[in-house]
Amino acid sequence: MPDQIKGGVHQAVVHDSAAVHVSGQAVFVDDMAEPRDLLHAYIGVSERPHAKIRQLDLAAVGAAEGVCCVVSAGDIAGQNDISPTHTMDEPVFAEAATEFIGQPLFAVAAQTRDQARRAVRLAAVEYSDLPAVLDLEAALADETLVVPAMELKRGDADAEIAAAAHSLKGKIRIGGQEHFYLEGQVSMAVPGEGDEMTLYCSTQHPTEIQQSVARVLGLAANAVNVRTRRLGGAFGGKETQAAMFATVAALIARKTGRPVKIRPDRDDDMVMTGKRHDFMAEYEVGFDDDGHILGVRYRLASNCGYSADLSEAINRRALFHLDNCYYLPSAAMKGLPLKTNRPSNTAFRGFGGPQAMLVAERVIDEIAFALGQDPLEIRRRNFYGSSERNITPYHQTIEDNVIPEIVSELAESADYVGRRAEIARYNSDSPWLKKGIALTPVKFGIAFTTKYLNQAGALVHVYTDGSIHLNHGGTEMGQGLMTKVAQVVAEEFQVDLDHVKITATSTDKVPNTSATAASSSSDLNGMAARQAAQTIKARLIDFAAKQYELPPDQIEFLPNRVRVGNQEFPFPDLVHQAYMARVSLSATGFYKTPKIHFDRQTGRGRPFYYFAYGAAVSEATIDTLTGEYRIDRVDILHDVGRSLNPAIDLGQIEGGFIQGVGWLTSEELVWGEAGELLTHAPSTYKIPVCSDRPRDFRMKLLEGAANRENTIYASKAVGEPPLMLAISVLHALSDAVASVGGHRVCPRLDPPATPECILAAVERVRSAAGHD
Amino acid sequence: MAVQISLQINGRTVEAEVQPNLLLVDFLRQEQRLTGTHVGCDTAQCGACTIHLDGRAVKSCAILTVQADGARITTIEGLASGAELHPMQRAFHRHHGLQCGFCTPGMVMAGVSIAENHGTPDPAVIRAELEGNLCRCTGYHNIVKAIAAGAREMAGRS
Repeated sequence: MPDQIKGGVHQAVVHDSAAVHVSGQAVFVDDMAEPRDLLHAYIGVSERPHAKIRQLDLAAVGAAEGVCCVVSAGDIAGQNDISPTHTMDEPVFAEAATEFIGQPLFAVAAQTRDQARRAVRLAAVEYSDLPAVLDLEAALADETLVVPAMELKRGDADAEIAAAAHSLKGKIRIGGQEHFYLEGQVSMAVPGEGDEMTLYCSTQHPTEIQQSVARVLGLAANAVNVRTRRLGGAFGGKETQAAMFATVAALIARKTGRPVKIRPDRDDDMVMTGKRHDFMAEYEVGFDDDGHILGVRYRLASNCGYSADLSEAINRRALFHLDNCYYLPSAAMKGLPLKTNRPSNTAFRGFGGPQAMLVAERVIDEIAFALGQDPLEIRRRNFYGSSERNITPYHQTIEDNVIPEIVSELAESADYVGRRAEIARYNSDSPWLKKGIALTPVKFGIAFTTKYLNQAGALVHVYTDGSIHLNHGGTEMGQGLMTKVAQVVAEEFQVDLDHVKITATSTDKVPNTSATAASSSSDLNGMAARQAAQTIKARLIDFAAKQYELPPDQIEFLPNRVRVGNQEFPFPDLVHQAYMARVSLSATGFYKTPKIHFDRQTGRGRPFYYFAYGAAVSEATIDTLTGEYRIDRVDILHDVGRSLNPAIDLGQIEGGFIQGVGWLTSEELVWGEAGELLTHAPSTYKIPVCSDRPRDFRMKLLEGAANRENTIYASKAVGEPPLMLAISVLHALSDAVASVGGHRVCPRLDPPATPECILAAVERVRSAAGHD
Repeated sequence: MAVQISLQINGRTVEAEVQPNLLLVDFLRQEQRLTGTHVGCDTAQCGACTIHLDGRAVKSCAILTVQADGARITTIEGLASGAELHPMQRAFHRHHGLQCGFCTPGMVMAGVSIAENHGTPDPAVIRAELEGNLCRCTGYHNIVKAIAAGAREMAGRS
């Protein structure tokens, strides 16, 4: 018999759904067989960013061909609210006033989707416009917050900056980002008997959909079941944003007694749903002659849109990442979660961390230019230490710092120094094309910063034929979570992976789950599933020990078999024996992350269980006549602890990196003067395409990097951290721009660095350096 | 007014009466229950709805069903022969050429078409040819690798 199971932990197993994806058999919500009397719903939305609704006349809508049902705020039996943190500022349907273009006002259901879409256009809405706050600048002047401002403080930053040999100030404007999940938002509600309602929903957070639907319909949570087998991408965009579609489908299903499906058109999806927050940061830093940071003062303003949504946690995570990998002896940081008349900005891979890290890296760049040094040198001098210089601005001690090692190894393997010299030679010989290079590091905190969310449940059954059924609270959106957790269960039982059946996330199997978010789903659900498996295993051991009159240590799980003293049974045999002896073969598992705590009042604690680290070197070439550019080469070294699945982890690193590159280069959200989104389709909103990929792309996992904390098989979270490796691309572009001014002027290149933006920066740097 | 059409879908002759404004992708998904062809962007940008029409890769969300009258159509469901996957499908499976899988059917169909047009193309050709298919999860690395490998296998077989 083979001495290793197929598909255990640390193996590069293919994604569990790969076979059904390549054959077209995978079932997404919109692919499900439609119930016979299914209705199709569509949402009618506000066309004004801020207005009183004087009249909402839906007579023509109701009379339109095929329309069976029209609902608006008055039809809501429960609460007209889907705010995820119960701030009561996010109605399903706006009632008295509308707060952004695209806000739902009503919905219709018709026999066909086409009829429903046509019908919503027939609404007669009379608005009375109110003053609208349409961008961050206006919001800063207005200073209305969606949640209270927040602060982190350590030491006396003002005094340190004032006493420092050097100080400087600046500002950075950071663009938002559309999720552009390939599968748009979609939900199907199927009414059951009595008050029961089942939802098939493309969501990262089935429990929240369950709670929202129950709240809106005025039901207890136990009447609502939400099922999610898979999502066609989400990236944060289906954490809270799925609720508006799910609740509308459920409302109409309740009212008509018929199943209802809703899938907005892509353009409408982009107009209606929130995005990554755009930020404006002001920074002030004091530093010594060697570039050591002595004190920083940051003010971080974020565009939250019209409601709180998750903006409190996002802004908090932003503050927690303003240090990135750098020790700040004194810091004063303020976060302003500002209200605007835009869709409510929401979770997006990194959750405020990426924006904050950009600020940290900009400050490093500023210091480097001020002192005429290589930015990498300034980075290194400011890295956190291991036993000293290791306290964060939120007073957590960093115990697992590997960034100096990662950066040394990467700088060496990517030949940073040699290539920088080569690039300088290239630039001196090349009049129009200019190259740049940059190495940037990442340190990302792992855990939900809201403590209670760091819990997970799992449900494992072993059937009498030895096959295993696995269920847990995490959702599969392409990231390979299901595969990884199944690997954990296979490893625990020592059976081949194909004996473990992965099943749809369902609120009636594992209740009270957290969103699949914060990179932590393998950590949480893997541990919960392992615990469930261990419970069943312990019962099997106990049974076998008694049955064969052996001490428990004589029972050993070997690959696909169990050794019981001197004999071995195939796993299904022992399972069947246990069943015949009336042993329970089903168990729940539960896990909560240890050690974490944070006091919001004092700004102190340990919000993160551990940190994930990585670094990237990027090289880019810009055309100084047009602003166009290409990414020539990228080298990445990333820390995933002991990888649960290296193939999946490399996929996350590559995908996250490219998504970050899109955010920082080509993805530009453009809003019209009336507050309307102009870039509401992929024709105008440019996510990376295949040819945008760096010509030469080298990725490596950090070796020998077992997590120092007790995580699932010593692995580390990988979902979000690699996105921030893309900051190296922005800095490589900036470095190329800086060459036109002899590297004397900091280009202050704000993302997204579109060709127009690069061209403007080239002109700016040239004239500031007096080269014109 | 409904229009009578006749076409071949995955080797099967299909006769149907369709509305003149019915998109081919909706006909395939809703009336033929071939749901492997996905709708991503609704506007012929993302390529999730890519199928083969008379041997050419096309976006089925930008074609009316009536325009496919008399045509020979292959969808992702028609690529395998029975239980045996097409070499391009096998290559996407083996080389981890997918994450969420929503773009995958369109990618595979585009990949087959690229191989048919270019034999065993190098990565630069694949990248240029694949610009009409968006993936938001991967960075395209394994997709390009899969198409190159699938194309080699197709060339070896023919």
